[in-house]
Amino acid sequence: MQVGLEHYLVVSALLFSIGLLGVVMRRNLILIYMSLELMLNAANLALVAFSRFNDNLDGQLMVFFIITVAASEVAVGLALIVALFRRRQTTNVEDLATLKL
Amino acid sequence: MTDILFYLLSTLTLVFGVLVVANPFSRNPVTSAMFLVMTIVSMAGLFVLLHAFFLAVIQVMVYAGAVIVLFLFVIMLLDINQEEKRRFQFFGAITGGIGLLSIALVMVKTITTSNVGAGLTPELEGSTRALGTALFTQYVLPFEIMGILLLIAMVGVILLSKKELK
Repeated sequence: MQVGLEHYLVVSALLFSIGLLGVVMRRNLILIYMSLELMLNAANLALVAFSRFNDNLDGQLMVFFIITVAASEVAVGLALIVALFRRRQTTNVEDLATLKL
Repeated sequence: MTDILFYLLSTLTLVFGVLVVANPFSRNPVTSAMFLVMTIVSMAGLFVLLHAFFLAVIQVMVYAGAVIVLFLFVIMLLDINQEEKRRFQFFGAITGGIGLLSIALVMVKTITTSNVGAGLTPELEGSTRALGTALFTQYVLPFEIMGILLLIAMVGVILLSKKELK
């Protein structure tokens, strides 16, 4: 069977589910961030596949912007984690259940 | 040939993705970060199969280079060697697993039955020249906004990393 658009979309959906499972399951904030990256990558794969099969470059440009936003998101998020760790000495989400520092 | 490569690379991507999230052998965050690198590299291979060569290079450089180094840097800075063992909540894990499994099933079933790719042939060549032309003509405003976003992120990170927040 020829590999078509739906093959790539299935891979993307499965990778998204794996990332979502990580966000729900893991307790470490850094691991949750890595799972978020997996989910973003799944969306990127779907966009590139759509772009290739519809002969339209817009999808690839959107992926370019998504990668930029993801990079800045990771930088800000990790800085927040470091600032939080300085105050509370933990990265476990169960110990970070209050809004007050 | 490309079909075999597709199946190989997608299997690698999914297996490494599972190992990022739930590694049965190690609870060390550094191991997860390393498997994330492998996931991203195999996904760059998938991008090459889709003829998105520029994005494959960007993927390796930005994700496997910058983002993972940032992750490793923070992991080493905070010195989290081992995620401490907590009480494992069986009820939560089972309901979460069933929920996730049904979401995955619904998505895959929708994709396979809706016949999305019917009649479409892969034809786009994502050349760097075409990408650059589109980026600097049609998409020049979003491109500039991205630059401002990066600046804001940089200033925010410097502010957050100060010792005393006032």
